[in-house]
Amino acid sequence: MDVLGRYRNLIVLVGVLFAQVLGLAVQVKRTTDSEPTRLIRVWAVDVVTPLERALHWVQTSTGNVWHNYFYLRGVRAENRNLKQQIERMSLEQVRMSQDADQARRLQALLAFKEQFISRTMAAQVIGSSGSELSRSVYIDKGESDGIKPDMAVITADGIVGKVLRVYRSTSQVLLIDDQTSGVGAILDKTRLQGILRGTPAGEVVLEKVMSDEAVPAGELVLTSGGDGIFPKGLLVGRVTKVAPGSELFLNIRVRPAADLSKLEEVLVVTKIDERQAQPDQTGAARAVDILAERLPTVPSKPENAVKADTSGASAPGTVAPKSASSDAKPKTVSPEASAVGGVPGARKAASSASSSSGAASGNSSGTSTVTSVGTSSRNGVAATETPATKVSAKPVKATAEPKPQPAVEDSPH
Amino acid sequence: MAITYTSGEQVEVYRFSIPATILIPLTAVFLQAWLPLRFPFFTIFDLPLLVTIGFATARRSPLAGLLTGGVIGILQDALTHHPIGLYGISKTVVGFGASSLGIKLDVEHAGARFLLTIVFYAVHEVVYFMISRGLVGLRMAWTWPHELLSGVANALLGVLVFMLLDRVKQRT
Repeated sequence: MDVLGRYRNLIVLVGVLFAQVLGLAVQVKRTTDSEPTRLIRVWAVDVVTPLERALHWVQTSTGNVWHNYFYLRGVRAENRNLKQQIERMSLEQVRMSQDADQARRLQALLAFKEQFISRTMAAQVIGSSGSELSRSVYIDKGESDGIKPDMAVITADGIVGKVLRVYRSTSQVLLIDDQTSGVGAILDKTRLQGILRGTPAGEVVLEKVMSDEAVPAGELVLTSGGDGIFPKGLLVGRVTKVAPGSELFLNIRVRPAADLSKLEEVLVVTKIDERQAQPDQTGAARAVDILAERLPTVPSKPENAVKADTSGASAPGTVAPKSASSDAKPKTVSPEASAVGGVPGARKAASSASSSSGAASGNSSGTSTVTSVGTSSRNGVAATETPATKVSAKPVKATAEPKPQPAVEDSPH
Repeated sequence: MAITYTSGEQVEVYRFSIPATILIPLTAVFLQAWLPLRFPFFTIFDLPLLVTIGFATARRSPLAGLLTGGVIGILQDALTHHPIGLYGISKTVVGFGASSLGIKLDVEHAGARFLLTIVFYAVHEVVYFMISRGLVGLRMAWTWPHELLSGVANALLGVLVFMLLDRVKQRT
């Protein structure tokens, strides 16, 4: 009895440690996806997240008042720049929608099934795990909002992670730079597939790419769709460093496109549809048209013949109507000239194209609920490589990378 | 240097009011979860650890120290996606160690607190590292420069946190 009293502290210490180790062992053994969330987590989240939510609300409200009513320096210039950017992008959209149409026709011919993000939900990031070794964040949407585990979480810049745990009004999102995360990824140009993982240091690496493959730095990394969580074709990031790794694989370091350390708003992909691509019924959808586009350009005609042709054609900068004969001619859309001059024909073409194109119209209308994220993003990359679409520094960032264009649901934030 | 070996009778023993006992650890866990969103560098700090050390050294009761550390650690664990107990075990050990040491050493001086925090930060990291790798099987990377930097940063912040705790502690 005296011994117990003398070593009481030590005995309690050993007892507490033993209980926790036992608890750990049970959790490690039972770790499965179907495991219910432990009550202690629910309590902790219920205690901490309301405070985070309140503080976030105060911060956002204060920021909004300041930025919307007081700090308006440079807004006029920014507005002007944005208008110019819209004009440039409208023209870009025309060409991209044509590419998308073409891709859809080809996909239809091949009975190709496309994945669509058909519904997303905007959510605010309100908290983090607070640990360097657990890279996860909390969002202000939970079970009551229809969030479920394993839903993909993205931003306009790229993928962010997946929903790990769902609570009543909040959810925990596992970021892609966490060491326990894994995303099926594919390199944009080389089409090599691998698994994207986080490292203990918080870096993102692409694993399982054989060392005899050549992977250039700067190549885009997209989701492959193989993980069953992220639809195919979403932007993941860009290769920053390639080095020989252990065993037979390359050590490919990837910089995520989304800034994972400064997340504020994210989109939870609540519904993904998979359906066969439908060609655009409004345009000519014959295989011969597609082949005609692939054929070598018709040699230029004598000058007088050209004059005769152009007399009945539209103004420079406009898009000629789709037909087999017109497709054979080089379709010149001069964005810079048109953007400055503001050729009405171009805008008309842009608006008509945007109304007929699924992927392109998603952003322009702002209310569409269907967004293609399959091969259309690839087309976006290929399309921006042409010199005719040279734009200023800021828009280049916007168009050079194939950004996912999820449609935002009409739900309140 | 103010680290002096003292007898049990010489050291002061403090206590904290019930609201302070509940609210301070909760605030520490909350700030630890919230601040990294605004200041990503804040993840190198471990505010709950500093509160654990602060409480333990002030109370100088190993039992109270280990229980406080255990509860704070488990609360912190609950916000991560790792199994519950990793921080719990680490902070239980730190709470016990800090309070046991607090009985023998006078840790009222800022320099002493600085060194004490570095030592217990290292203990915390070593225990966490061992459990994560050995029991849970997490891939962990031990990088000396990072650990040293974090240790110093936490010790500096710890001095400030202990000064704040001094204001709310009560002499028994």
